[in-house]
Amino acid sequence: MIRSKAVLIGVGSLKPVRRTEGETTLGMLARASALALSDAGLEKDAIDGLLVGPQVGETPQHVPATVSEYLGLQPNMSNVVDLGGASGPGMIWRAAAAIDAGMCETVLCVIGNHRNPESPRSPNRNPIREFDVPFGASGANISYALLKQAHMARYGSTDEDFALIAHWARANAQRNPNAIFHGQPASVEDVLASPLIASPLRLFEIVMPVAGAEAVIVTSVARARSLGGRAVHLLGAGEKITHRAVSQAPDLTSGPLKPSMARAFAQSGLTVRDMSLLSLYDCYTIMVATTLEDSGICPPGGFGAFMRAHDFGPEGDWPLNTHGGQLGYGQPDLAGGMTHVTEAVRQLRGAAQGRQIRDPRFALVTGNGATMSEAVALVLGADA
Amino acid sequence: MIDLAELKVPGPTETELTKPFWAAAAEGRLLIQRCDDCGRTVFYPREICPHCWSARLVWADASGRGRLKSFSTIHKPGHPGWQPAAPYTVGLVELEEGPTMLSFILQGTEAPRVGKALVMQPTDIGGRVLPAFKIVNDSKKGDQS
Ligand SMILES: [Zn+2]
Repeated sequence: MIRSKAVLIGVGSLKPVRRTEGETTLGMLARASALALSDAGLEKDAIDGLLVGPQVGETPQHVPATVSEYLGLQPNMSNVVDLGGASGPGMIWRAAAAIDAGMCETVLCVIGNHRNPESPRSPNRNPIREFDVPFGASGANISYALLKQAHMARYGSTDEDFALIAHWARANAQRNPNAIFHGQPASVEDVLASPLIASPLRLFEIVMPVAGAEAVIVTSVARARSLGGRAVHLLGAGEKITHRAVSQAPDLTSGPLKPSMARAFAQSGLTVRDMSLLSLYDCYTIMVATTLEDSGICPPGGFGAFMRAHDFGPEGDWPLNTHGGQLGYGQPDLAGGMTHVTEAVRQLRGAAQGRQIRDPRFALVTGNGATMSEAVALVLGADA
Repeated sequence: MIDLAELKVPGPTETELTKPFWAAAAEGRLLIQRCDDCGRTVFYPREICPHCWSARLVWADASGRGRLKSFSTIHKPGHPGWQPAAPYTVGLVELEEGPTMLSFILQGTEAPRVGKALVMQPTDIGGRVLPAFKIVNDSKKGDQS
């Protein structure tokens, strides 16, 4: 019998939008939190733990106190999880650990960002600012372009291989009315015809930045049992941080998700072959390619053949990012990583309207931050 | 090809510790750190050795030779000041001494390719001389990459 560490009892997502006008991140977090609370069937006062993401430009410090006060919470445990796109998944196991440590029983994990017109340039004064930016390397696109180039050089992977990943994300987005690219499918040829941004990365291989917020409520197994309803269990988790700047990466064609997924699978007693859903962080096509290979589902360098051999839609043999992934749904900044959690919860409950996978039992969720530097993997399971 | 010296782009954010690195760069030299305890080399400069945590790091001249680990030709720069230079190429340079640094890859007669030999070429970028790199032509030494 697989041991459940904790239960994901409620989820809430704001529909992503390209721009916001006069919104506050606090306000958006509050709306997503209210959706998750209502979904969980809980009263606000049941929440005694709070995990939040960084809020650059709005609340640089004292984030937990600021969010708690706004939401009228007085949590017994609170913290910022600062792992870039791995922050959302990183909150889930931390919530379970805090519950297990007896610090609290029900944790609100909430993350999101507005996208108002003014966006100040980076105030960073750290090594990546000092040693990369002066050479013309600003922003994440270049780092992932370097990772893609390294994969192509080492394994002979092709632009067509990578384009398949973007194509499937767009295809799955057609099943999700909330996705930013709903109504805009893209063929492999469309992906290959999209403009080069930083070679070898093309526009359709890169996430579209959007505003949004995602919330998940995690509670103890005992509390979830008393509530009834559709529980989704945390069965395993793994985390690894290896570097910050891509120049310092120990490996360009395999990342910290490899040990993270290995730990999550070992804890759950399952393997990647047991998964009903792959909910894999996809800021860029190369991230999915490397994650598939690091998961062991295909050999190193073998993602292209794997992509050609399978159907990745909800009715397919390997459902992958059924919400459209971030490549199809949009990337609501740091909340992008949490969309892979909320989609997995909906699928494992059997409540993914219009895109439900068959016989949902287990899901692999991954989060990734910075330059393939910060990794969290979760194995989730449906109520047996 | 536009004059890189004329670009209005952000320069390095020096700290007390890294001043010798940038001062040497201005003179056309590439400095790295070497650990007196474990003997390993370090880039970027740090207060302690990331391999053994010794504080006995000393400056050393790097050979300036390296190998291209990966590269990207940038059409849409992340900073608007770089737009006049686009498309331009940056790369990961594995220095002969061991560490990897990100740098500007100068346009030459040969297209960049992973594995190519590189040599440091002091280059004025935005009014400061920085350690950029250029590809060592195959015609001089035969294609061994
Ligand atoms: Zn040392």
